[in-house]
Amino acid sequence: MKFVQNIFDQTRPLVEKDGKRNLLYPLHNALETMAFVPDHTSHSGAHVRDAIDLKRTMVTVIFAMVPALLFGMWNIGRLHFGAFGEESSLLDNVIFGALKMLPLITVTYAAGLGVEIYFSWKRNHPVNEGFLVSGLLIPMIMPVDIPLWMVAVSTIFAVLIGKEVFGGTGMNLLNPALTARAFAFFAYPTWMSGDKVWINTTSADGGQLVDGYSGATALGDLATTVGQGMGNPATETVMAQFGPEGTYSLMNAFLGLIPGSIGETSAALILLGGLFLIFKGVGSWRIMLSFFIGGFVMAAIFSAFAVNEFMGLNPLHQLMLGGFMFGMVFMATDPVSASQTATGKLIYGFLAGFFGIMIRVFNPAYPEGIMLAILFMNVMAPLIDHYVVEANVKRRAKRLANA
Amino acid sequence: MGQELINLFVKSIFIENMIFAYFLGMCSYLAVSKTVKTAVGLGIAVTFVLVITLPVNWLLENYVLQPGALGKWLGAGFEEVDLSFLSFIMFIAVIASMVQLIEMIVEKFAPALYSALGIFLPLIAVNCSILGGSLFMQERAFGTIAEATVYGLGSGVGWFLAIVAIAAIREKIRYSNVPAPLRGLGITFIITGLMGIAFMSFMGIKL
Repeated sequence: MKFVQNIFDQTRPLVEKDGKRNLLYPLHNALETMAFVPDHTSHSGAHVRDAIDLKRTMVTVIFAMVPALLFGMWNIGRLHFGAFGEESSLLDNVIFGALKMLPLITVTYAAGLGVEIYFSWKRNHPVNEGFLVSGLLIPMIMPVDIPLWMVAVSTIFAVLIGKEVFGGTGMNLLNPALTARAFAFFAYPTWMSGDKVWINTTSADGGQLVDGYSGATALGDLATTVGQGMGNPATETVMAQFGPEGTYSLMNAFLGLIPGSIGETSAALILLGGLFLIFKGVGSWRIMLSFFIGGFVMAAIFSAFAVNEFMGLNPLHQLMLGGFMFGMVFMATDPVSASQTATGKLIYGFLAGFFGIMIRVFNPAYPEGIMLAILFMNVMAPLIDHYVVEANVKRRAKRLANA
Repeated sequence: MGQELINLFVKSIFIENMIFAYFLGMCSYLAVSKTVKTAVGLGIAVTFVLVITLPVNWLLENYVLQPGALGKWLGAGFEEVDLSFLSFIMFIAVIASMVQLIEMIVEKFAPALYSALGIFLPLIAVNCSILGGSLFMQERAFGTIAEATVYGLGSGVGWFLAIVAIAAIREKIRYSNVPAPLRGLGITFIITGLMGIAFMSFMGIKL
């Protein structure tokens, strides 16, 4: 580590205030604090003695995302080779997935950090670690075949309009990663939905796709059954996929052996990450629990009425599909854009899950209801907080009056 | 019938939200959304005006203005009369008188709110969402007075929700370090756009 330290020490005079390259100071500072713990300490006054800071919080979230990320890479490879009916080892799959994933991650970080560094240089503040998590979240919620420039444009939009214009990290109104996805979703709909983008099918050696290959996601298939009624022969073949033996069986959906955005498929590994976040005190268990309950209640109401096959799906199965789990663990719990008060978090989570399943089922054009529901609740979160605080003030004023 | 009314109500709040789907009533939405308290007051006033004016205008539309509407109750001699060219001025007259009424009520019973709302209370008379509500009612040719009333209530609640939500957001970001050129209205426009993205989740839902 010594020689890394030397590089930073040697270049520091260059980028400091009077140095030749002082425009690069934010970049230097960002890389240095990423590599080493800052050595400046305060000398007077009272301080909170705790090791947790913004960087540590962010790194904890990154750790929680790693299982789902690795699984996503493996799944990219598995689906790719599966589409051609080729045999592939675990290593083949992971390497193929990593080669698809690396450009996505690199482009996201380059685009996002570019905007961040420009702003920190223009506005004279150090680069925050805020983009560390968003930059990894964005590739994980994109389909594998999306062109890189679309990822770059969406990321720039999210960081610029979603975050920096509000004053940077900690001030954003909407979750930046979801803003990027929503932007891509509405700007380039053909690349964000349908059945072409979820599985990479460019073959290196001119292989043919296997018979019966379908690139759709489970939710995309389900949306086709809306309006067909129950027990229709046309929907039977689709619904057979959701049976215990089908491609989208409950077990497959739980483990994540289904097509979808890169990181969102494996409910099991996402939950593992969620438990880690709760254990470390970084993610809010209130939001996750109430989000799950909200989604479950809505799904249960739907399956009780069951006008079509989409509604009739087993509630638990419904929650394992699409981005529900990923949204619950990594998106809704964003401490900045979620509600801040304890009661508010319960309301916020419940409504986000509730609306998520509702939009997904009612609006066949947007199978990714979870994303939009979380954005909607991000918008409503300050209002929830406002009334929770008001209620608390009122309750305490009353207690004071009675005392 | 009951179910249709509920559908219409939900639709007019979320899917055809006055602010985020039609961008109507923006001026007071932008100007009076600095604090939640005044936003709630204006939101209630707008909702109230919509709920009152829509059924009144519906009656006017169906019994006076539509081609042949007069014939329904004045006899065969009036069946040829078409007064629909008067609809703008009639709707505005109804809205203006209702707003006048509300202004007097608010001034009498809630003087604090009256001074907080200031000029924007009389300006409800020319609030686009109110006239917009009446014109949408005319365009969609609601069959019953109940539908018109429910549509008015739903549009009002949707507008209320929008202005209260943005007021809470503006209270939250009051101390944010927003770049100087964007402070005030600029950032409010950006917030409105982002809220519009969030509300797009409801678009295309068929009830």
